[in-house]
Amino acid sequence: MTNLVLNNSVRFLGLVLLQVLILNNLNLFGFINPMVYIIWVILFPIRKNQSTFLILSFLLGLTVDFFSNSGGINAGATLLIAYLRLPILRAVLKKYDFDFLLFNLRTISFGKAFLFISILTLIHHVTVFSLEYFSINSYQTIISNTILTSIFTIILSILGIILFTKKK
Amino acid sequence: MQQLIYFIRKFRYFLLFILLEVVAFFFTIQHHSYHKSKFVNSANSITGGIYNTTNSINEFFQLKKDNRQLIEEITNLKNTVIINNLSIEKDSFNINKSEKFRQKYQYTFAKIINNNYTKRNNVLTIDKGIKQGITSDLGVINSKGIIGVTKNTSNNYTTVLSILNNNSKINARLKSSNHFGTLIWNGNDFNILQLIDIPRQAKLKVGDTIITGGKSAIFPEGINIGTIKDFSFENNQYKTINIELFNDMSNLGYVQIIKNLERTEQLLLEKENTND
Repeated sequence: MTNLVLNNSVRFLGLVLLQVLILNNLNLFGFINPMVYIIWVILFPIRKNQSTFLILSFLLGLTVDFFSNSGGINAGATLLIAYLRLPILRAVLKKYDFDFLLFNLRTISFGKAFLFISILTLIHHVTVFSLEYFSINSYQTIISNTILTSIFTIILSILGIILFTKKK
Repeated sequence: MQQLIYFIRKFRYFLLFILLEVVAFFFTIQHHSYHKSKFVNSANSITGGIYNTTNSINEFFQLKKDNRQLIEEITNLKNTVIINNLSIEKDSFNINKSEKFRQKYQYTFAKIINNNYTKRNNVLTIDKGIKQGITSDLGVINSKGIIGVTKNTSNNYTTVLSILNNNSKINARLKSSNHFGTLIWNGNDFNILQLIDIPRQAKLKVGDTIITGGKSAIFPEGINIGTIKDFSFENNQYKTINIELFNDMSNLGYVQIIKNLERTEQLLLEKENTND
């Protein structure tokens, strides 16, 4: 149990620092900054009691916001995917009842894991860019930014998960 | 009552979600308005400290470029000093009453420790704060042009609302004539800004220099901004005028903060006039 807490705390801090110090300054092709910190939300163990998870996800987003001076944009988007994580996982696996405690992203097939990560990333990025531009007129920029940034976030997230998590 | 408790228990995660989402939305609205001071900003000791540490590492790799810039600026200053000395010798006048000559602007230098330019609303962080006499609404420039206006301050750090921001509106004018306009950013290219509200009587040419207007109490008049890249003239009016900046906003190091010592005086006077 303590191992789990320690593991997730280290991951929280590590991902925030990786995001604000390196990825926010990456500017691939001039403007793409992948938002990889959301892997924390994807990898957090699923439990029946969700309050801690929701509050921590909110704090994760807010920490990134503090560094990037962006109000509550990341906090709102991260909280949204944290809330939608379980329903989306159920829909992807087409199972309502499964063993929460033993669930591991590495045990499900690659296709399903990819779909799960992609849906969460797209929802998160759409929310972030809509809140950032905050006007309906710039919907084209919002959509193109979402798609391009999502591609890189998904690639980096999957590589990160394959490299840094254990397959049981 | 029991039903209410049952309701809260049943939907407790949803209610928590809504509550936190409202908080996030409140911060976002605050982020989009210019006049509110913001709670979520990087001018606090934790984020500022972390940015300061990483910046000192980055700075090492910039030394060559910084040296070059310094030498360029020294050369410029030397040239102006020589010109001034010559003119003084020619006219040879003495300053007897020193109270006639006043200092209007005071300059402080600072270092940008967090720069960003790819978002729609860009905010920078600099390493000086209240302890060094920085307040909000001061102009920030470097040797090539304007950079932004200070916003939130903490003891040792300050956030700067970059000119690459939806809320940034800078008074600017043509160097060749006195026609005023407003400088905004449409969010596309970080080296191209837009000049609006230029009267149609103004005669523009591609390559004309744009400088700060001095109508606001923030920037002194005549600081370089950029040159006209292209413009279109439709229905007897200027449509988009694109300005190419002298500054490279993606590569900023040391900056100067301008404190207008007569700002309160000017604002008070202007307020009096509107009250009449």
